[in-house]
Amino acid sequence: MLGQLIVSGLAVGACYSLLALAMVIIYKTSDVLNFAQGEMAMISTYVAFTLMESHHVPFQWAVILTFLFAILLGASFEFVFLRQAKEPTVLGLIIITLGFEMILMGFAGWKWGPDQRSLDFPVSNIETYNLFGLVMSKINFWTIVISLVLMFILFLFFRYTKVGVAMRATQQNQLAARVMGIRTKWILSFTWAISSMVGAVAGMLIAALGVLDPTMMMDPLLKSFASAVLGGMTSLPGTAVGGAMLGIIENLFGGYVSLAFKSVVAFAVIVLMLCIKPSGLLAKHYVKKV
Amino acid sequence: MDIKRSYYEDIELFKSNTILVWSILFLVFLGILPWLVKAYHLLGMSIYILNLITINALVAIGLNILVGYTGQISMGHAGFFAIGAFTTVIFIVNWSFPLYIALPIAGFISSAFGFILGLPALRLKGPYLAIATLGFGMSITTIIKHMEFFGGRMGLQAPKLYLFGTPMKDIHYYYVIMIIAVLMVIGALKLIKTRVGRAFIAIRDSDIAAEAMGVNLTYYKTLSFAVSAFYTGIAGGLYALILGFINPEGFTMIMSIAFLAMVVVGGLGSIMGSIAGAALLTYLDIKLQVVQDIPAIGPALVAFSQKYMSMAGISNIAVIVYGLIMILIVLFEPLGIFGFWIRTKRYWKTWPF
Repeated sequence: MLGQLIVSGLAVGACYSLLALAMVIIYKTSDVLNFAQGEMAMISTYVAFTLMESHHVPFQWAVILTFLFAILLGASFEFVFLRQAKEPTVLGLIIITLGFEMILMGFAGWKWGPDQRSLDFPVSNIETYNLFGLVMSKINFWTIVISLVLMFILFLFFRYTKVGVAMRATQQNQLAARVMGIRTKWILSFTWAISSMVGAVAGMLIAALGVLDPTMMMDPLLKSFASAVLGGMTSLPGTAVGGAMLGIIENLFGGYVSLAFKSVVAFAVIVLMLCIKPSGLLAKHYVKKV
Repeated sequence: MDIKRSYYEDIELFKSNTILVWSILFLVFLGILPWLVKAYHLLGMSIYILNLITINALVAIGLNILVGYTGQISMGHAGFFAIGAFTTVIFIVNWSFPLYIALPIAGFISSAFGFILGLPALRLKGPYLAIATLGFGMSITTIIKHMEFFGGRMGLQAPKLYLFGTPMKDIHYYYVIMIIAVLMVIGALKLIKTRVGRAFIAIRDSDIAAEAMGVNLTYYKTLSFAVSAFYTGIAGGLYALILGFINPEGFTMIMSIAFLAMVVVGGLGSIMGSIAGAALLTYLDIKLQVVQDIPAIGPALVAFSQKYMSMAGISNIAVIVYGLIMILIVLFEPLGIFGFWIRTKRYWKTWPF
C-alpha cells in the first residue's frame, strides 16, 4: 500500500514538477509569476487533441506541431503584451498574466465547449507494469520517464549550450548581460518559448492521466505553485524535487488521512514552507537591502 | 485655497459645499434609481443587476483597502466572500438570527479569517503572497464542499426574509443593500483619511521606511487583511440573500480574479474608482453572458460561433473580454478609470492651455 501510493504519487508529482519548472524558468529570468502557465498548457493540449481527432495527424507529428504552437504562443505573449508594459509593478505583471489566462480559458471554452474529452495517448492507462513487486500503470511509468528525460535535457541545455548560459547570465544581471553583448530581449522571448513548451508536455501528460476540459488546469496550477515554493522558486532542481515530494505527500495524505481534503494539502504545504523556510528547500535566500 | 488649518479639516468628508451638494444629489439619485430603471429600462438594467453591482462594489472597496492602499496582493477574496455567504445563511436558517445580527457576525467571522491569513502574509511579499492567498481561496471552497454542515456539494438554500410581514423582493433588498453600502463607503473614506489609513499607505509605499517611522507592521498588516475581509464577508452575506441559493462551486478562483480586476480597472487606491470598476465589469459580465441578445454584434457572433467555434461555449466571450480589459488597463492606463477621470478633470480645468 505504502509503496503503491508513493509510486502513483510520483507520477502525478512528475507532472507538477514539469509545470512548476515551466513557471520557474520564467520567474528566474524575468521576475514574472506566470499565472497563465496552466492555461497555455491547456490550449497546447487542445491543439494536439484537435490535430489528432479532427485532422487525423499521427501522434508524433501532432506532438511536434503542438511544440511549435506552444513556442509561438509563449514568445508572442511575451512580445505582444509583456514587453509593452512600461515600468510594470509586481501587481501589474500578475494582472497581465491573469488577463491572458482568462483570454485563453475563454477561448478554449468558446472553441471546444465545456465537454470533457480524452486525449489519445499511445500508452494505455489500463495495462500495467510489474516493477519490484509494485503494480504500476503504463501511463504512470511513462509519465515519470518522460519527465525525467525532459528535466535532464533542460539541465544539459542550461549548463552547456550557449543560449542556456546566456539565459542564466540574463537571470543574474540583465544590465551586465546586455553589456556583454547578449540580446536580453531575445533571451526573454526565448525563455517564454521554452517554458511554454515544457508546459505543453506537462499539459499533455496531465490530460492523459485525467481528462481534457477548459478548467482542468485550475488544480494543477496551485499544485505547481506549491511545488515551486517547496523547491524555492528560483532553483530548477529544487522545483523538480519539490513537485515529486508534493505528489507523494498528497497521495499519502489521500491514502491514510482523508481523500476529500487532498487538495488542501497543497495550500498547507505553501503556508508551512513559507513560514518555516521562505527560501525553499534548495535555493539561496536573498534579503532585500535598503 | 486648499490650505488645511487643522487636523479635523483634513479628515473632513466633504471638503466644500459643492461636494456636499453633489453628494446629496447623488444619494437622491440612488434613491430614485429603481424607478428610473423600471420605467425606462436604461441599458437593459434591472434591479437585480443594480444589487449585484452594489455588492461587487463593496468587495472591490474591501479589496482596494488591501491591494490599493496597503499594497498587499490577495487572490483569495472569493474565499472570504464564501465565508460571509455561508455564515449569514447558516446563522439565519439554523439558529434563526435576524439579518441585522447575522450580517455583522458574518463580517466578523470573515475578518477573523482575514486576520489568520494575515499572519503568514506578514512574511510574504509580491508573488509569494499572491500564491498563498490563491491557495487560501481555493482551499476554503474545497473545505466547504466536503462538509455536510455547509450543505456539501449541493449548497444551501438562502432563507426567505420578511419585512413587516411581506416577503422581501429585489426592490426591498436594493434599499437594504444600498443603505449598508453607503454606510460602508463612508466608513472606508473616513478610514483612509485617519491614522490607520495613513499607516496603510505608508506600508504600501515602503514597509521598511514605515517601520522605521514607528508604524507597527504586524498590527497594521493584519488589520488591513481583517478590514478587507470584513467588507467582503458582509458583501458575501448580501450576495447569498439576493441570489437565493449558494453552492461552493460558485466561489471559484475566477471570482477572485474578477474582484481583483474590478479594483485594477477602477483604479488602485481609489474608493470611487472601485465603485466605477465594479459597476463597469459587473454590467459587462452580465450582458456578455447572453452575448447573442446584443443587437447588431450578437447575430454576427452567433454565425461566427456556428461556423468556427462551438455554440455551447458562446458565453465564454465574457471571460475573453474581461481578460482583454485587464491587460489593456495595465498597459495603457495603470491608474484605471480613476486615472482617466483625473486626467479629464485636469484637461477641463486648464482647458484653453
